[in-house]
Amino acid sequence: MTYIAKPKLRHPDLPKNKLGYTRRDYEGSISTLCAGCGHDSISAAIIQACFELDLPPHRIAKLSGIGCSSKTPTYFLGSSHGFNSVHGRMPSVLTGANLANRDLIYLGVSGDGDSASIGLGQFAHLMRRGVNMTYIVENNGVYGLTKGQFSATSDKGSKSKRGAVNTDAPIDLVGMALQLGATFIARSFSGDKTQLVPLIKAALTHKGAAFIDCISPCVAFNNHVGSTKSFDYVREHNESVNRLDIIEGRSEITADYAPGTIEMVTQHDGSVLRLHKLALDYDPHDRISAMTYLQQRHAQGEIVTGLLYVDPEPDDLHDYMNTVERPLNELGEQELCPGSKLLDKLNAALR
Amino acid sequence: MQPTDIRDPRYFHKVVDCQWACPAHTPVPEYIRLIAACRFTDAYMINWESNVFPGILGRTCDRPCEPACRRGRVEKEPVAICRLKRVAADYKDDVRSRLPKKAAKTNGKRVALVGAGPASLTVARDLLPLGYEVVCFDGDPQGGGMMRTQIPKFRLPETVLDEEVNYILDLGLETRFGQRIDSMKALLGQGFDAIFVGSGAPRGRNLEIPGRQEAAANIHIGIDWLSSVSFGHINRIGRRVIVLGGGNTAMDCCRTSRRLGGDDVKVVVRSGFEEMKASPWEKEDAMHEDIPIFNFLVPKEFTHKGGKLTGIVFEKVKAEYDAKGRRNLVPAGEPPVHMECDDVLVAVGQENAFPWIERDIGIEFDKWNMPVVDQATMASTLPHVFFGGDAAFGPKNIIWAVAHGHDAAISIDKLCHGEPVGDRPPPMVNLFSQKMGIHEWSYDNDISNDLRFKVPHRPKEIALKDVRLEVELGFDDKLAFEEAQRCLNCDVQTVFERNLCIECDACADICPVDCITFTHNGTEADLRSRLNAPSKNLTQDLYVSDALKTSRVLVKDEDLCLHCGLCAERCPTGAWDMQKSLIQMVHAGHECRSRSSA
Repeated sequence: MTYIAKPKLRHPDLPKNKLGYTRRDYEGSISTLCAGCGHDSISAAIIQACFELDLPPHRIAKLSGIGCSSKTPTYFLGSSHGFNSVHGRMPSVLTGANLANRDLIYLGVSGDGDSASIGLGQFAHLMRRGVNMTYIVENNGVYGLTKGQFSATSDKGSKSKRGAVNTDAPIDLVGMALQLGATFIARSFSGDKTQLVPLIKAALTHKGAAFIDCISPCVAFNNHVGSTKSFDYVREHNESVNRLDIIEGRSEITADYAPGTIEMVTQHDGSVLRLHKLALDYDPHDRISAMTYLQQRHAQGEIVTGLLYVDPEPDDLHDYMNTVERPLNELGEQELCPGSKLLDKLNAALR
Repeated sequence: MQPTDIRDPRYFHKVVDCQWACPAHTPVPEYIRLIAACRFTDAYMINWESNVFPGILGRTCDRPCEPACRRGRVEKEPVAICRLKRVAADYKDDVRSRLPKKAAKTNGKRVALVGAGPASLTVARDLLPLGYEVVCFDGDPQGGGMMRTQIPKFRLPETVLDEEVNYILDLGLETRFGQRIDSMKALLGQGFDAIFVGSGAPRGRNLEIPGRQEAAANIHIGIDWLSSVSFGHINRIGRRVIVLGGGNTAMDCCRTSRRLGGDDVKVVVRSGFEEMKASPWEKEDAMHEDIPIFNFLVPKEFTHKGGKLTGIVFEKVKAEYDAKGRRNLVPAGEPPVHMECDDVLVAVGQENAFPWIERDIGIEFDKWNMPVVDQATMASTLPHVFFGGDAAFGPKNIIWAVAHGHDAAISIDKLCHGEPVGDRPPPMVNLFSQKMGIHEWSYDNDISNDLRFKVPHRPKEIALKDVRLEVELGFDDKLAFEEAQRCLNCDVQTVFERNLCIECDACADICPVDCITFTHNGTEADLRSRLNAPSKNLTQDLYVSDALKTSRVLVKDEDLCLHCGLCAERCPTGAWDMQKSLIQMVHAGHECRSRSSA
């Protein structure tokens, strides 16, 4: 753990975004996680993504549960709204917040313990309801805070630091999200920010439930030979199906690419996702073939990363429930109290 | 790019910008840490070994280190290095027991020094403990040269000067003060093994314009006048004084005038205010003493009445720049300005003068009538005659004179041992880890956010009453500590071990100034365009590693690194380490000689 605060001095020529903020204005306090933790890289990627998207920090709400991953919101977006919920209960708290105030940008940060064990039910219901949020699971396949037991996402056959072999089958959160109807699904790796940052940007601009499973090696307890979530293993077995650029607004797209290698996906807010296809036969709009592809590759020991599924015109929970357009805290007595006549009428209908 | 070779002593030396910029290469961060630890005597000794006159330089140095200071690139102002040096001198204990002893026996070699200024005294200090018999000649009755004659006592008290000059005299220097050398030929005939000329730039430039002769009684050459004030021959000046010139001598002249009865003192310069040669802080101090500075005025004529000076007529000029960006001062086309005054001090530059060196004895002079001197060895074309200080390459400053003195002393030592003087000794470099615990270092890596502290001054009403009363009071120990904490410890280097790196990005993520990038290799220009933060300062190196597992390389831009050690704290494998690079210049003695003859 680092004892000193991160120095306030900064690079004098640091680029500023449209709001006049530098990347450093999106930081939080200094991390108390173990040195080299993959989670810190994901925090840095979130900072970079929010900076590049020119998001006003006070319009973001970051929510988390319990665990190493769920500590991280302290380490980014120090000027945003935050909520550390009960273990595994981030999705329900977030759903409630989202229903109350749909104007904020919701970012849920969770881990494999928080989402695939104690919070698995919460995870499932949030996905199927299509809550408009970005859900990042910082997936290290190990219980780091309790010193290295297998978690629910540990692969069968992988070895713990002490040499024990995992006998349980893993939960694949990407597969579940696909099946449960999430409208944006990606997998990435904390050690590859060039892939991760655009995915987070795309997820933050996506309307509906956007899920990113981010493999994040635990340097203290799961970065050894025999682990399938170590830096070396992930780098060797990473099979990226595409590379993503995000183009904000409707700026002109002029670059020349070989036919069939590029696809433009326009999101509801006008931003354009430019997908450079690395696996030419992979179609990120076909939920069923995506599931098959992922299963096949997993069986071969590969870790498929990239934007795995996206629905460019999704609906979200507010659409389904036909809720009021404005946040509840902006509604006055006029809207909230329909008057005694209407109440009498309602009461009469129930007699 | 090729991987950086950190075994090259120059690599980390360049990172310590202050030390690299100091002509004598004083290990600045090392002594600043000692000041913060209240180890003033140790801090003083580091300075004394390197720059010989810490108390003097801590008040008068031209501070080439401060514009170089990295702190000045990440915030407004550099660390007050110079005034911290003074703190070491002010608060030290008696250091005499730690100074070198008088040599027990002579080595039989005799060296003559011409002039007793900083360059000569440095040669004496380096050679005396080795057993050389050193004889120092100077026309003035006391040693110190321009430090005594030209620097006013209100900037440099006599006690400080005497103390540091005496440390050298006490090493057994044979002084012939009051004895001016007027023939090099005669000196050569006295059989010295080596002669060092450190006679300075003793001639103040004159200003030959109409009225100069007629009003001569009230027109004084700046450095001569300062010298007369210093030795007590002059203690008054007229009420209205004009100082011509924009260098540090002009600043000393005007401030001295303020203390000798001048209550309407002006400085008038030809150039613009910004281009004046005086250090910014000296201009500030002058203006603080109610001395206005008028610029873009060229003196045309001294006016006089009945043989007495009445004023100066100036022509107003403006700056114009030609196609090559060179500045020319051209008449502004305005009517001439007349300023009235009782006395004029001319401080428009200094010149070297060697009327006493015969031109037929093998010492070559160039077309500007300056001796031909080797920049590294300080040797003239006569192999056993050396030059240093202002006498070598024209007016510079004390710290350059010290550096020349060290270099000349090495040359003399090598010459007297029959070694080629051109073989220069490399500096001694120590590189050692500062790790004390998982996240503990032997230096304070918590960066202070304080802005530069101002040195307290004596109140003006009191300071202006006495020409010998020091104006600056110096930092007290509390201010000194706070200022010392602003130092970024640039000598504690970030050392990268490629084989340990697992490319987790932790260092790149945490770096407060975004100086670390992992990327694919390329040319320097290409790499600089792809770093995490703009890399515009081309004078600062990139630290590039060998290829890592992913075939990328680590690139660290040294420019703005705070040396806070967070990269090393966040590194899970110890691929980064904070290692102190202590770089010490080798001075005359057995260490400067080659192994075979040592």
